[in-house]
Amino acid sequence: MTAVSETYRDDQASKFGMWLFLFTEMLLFGGLFIVYSVYRFRNADAFHLASEELSVTVGTVNTIILLVSSATIAMSVTAIRKQDRKTALLLLGTTALLGLAFLVNKYFEWGEHIGEHIYPGSSVLATRGQGDVLFYGLYYFMTGLHALHIIVGLVFMGFVIVFISTNRINSGKYVMLENCGLYWHLVDMIWIFLFPLFYLIT
Amino acid sequence: MGKTEREKNHIIPYRTFLYVLALLIFLTLTSVFLTQIYLGALTVALALIIAAVKSSFVLRIFMHLKFESRLYGVLVTFVTLLITAVIIITLLDYIFR
Repeated sequence: MTAVSETYRDDQASKFGMWLFLFTEMLLFGGLFIVYSVYRFRNADAFHLASEELSVTVGTVNTIILLVSSATIAMSVTAIRKQDRKTALLLLGTTALLGLAFLVNKYFEWGEHIGEHIYPGSSVLATRGQGDVLFYGLYYFMTGLHALHIIVGLVFMGFVIVFISTNRINSGKYVMLENCGLYWHLVDMIWIFLFPLFYLIT
Repeated sequence: MGKTEREKNHIIPYRTFLYVLALLIFLTLTSVFLTQIYLGALTVALALIIAAVKSSFVLRIFMHLKFESRLYGVLVTFVTLLITAVIIITLLDYIFR
């Protein structure tokens, strides 16, 4: 028996733990989708008119930004496994920049609505009736919760970038990068459903 | 054990991700186009079916489900069915109340 100097690690278990966490995230957003569907069913006309006020162009651009960022983080796993640390860092940096671009778009989008006095608790919004209050309440809550996930993903990515630079993540030990990717893909997938629900279905 | 070894050594090439990305962007633009023309009640169904197809590509390729042990696939299917069932049951309750 030789002495084991390395600390114990189980990559399969780490990945499985990440998936279990992702399932709770799916159930969280699944619950919100139910709330949205029921309120939409009960206030069909108000939801129809309110969703036409959202910009399909901005929504489409943000969808494409997230799709590209998902591809780049997936490719960074390939890069690290090929021992190409530089490409992995470049791809991760691109992913983070795209995530930031998404948030900047969201900022201007929200800013425009808030400038028109459309926000939860606004007296202007209250005069437009209950359906609009519900639509915008859900819009701000669901896209806001999603944006919060983007911010968490960016912080996670920041740690991964530091760990790759310091060789704590490398071609033989990259489960943390994989988990970061899994989380980012889930955030992308939630947007894949938020986009048609709020922007496309009018 | 042979299978685990193969999974371990399987590095997905860059081009696979680029093909999938191109397909995902194409599907996004398709759903934008289809929802801009009037299709009535079909709009909702089409938009959600395209979203489901897109997320299945994200799950299978980007999230590696295609190359992982089948346990992950079974669990994802179960969670998806659970959410779908709860949505359908809740909506049936509201529609026929």
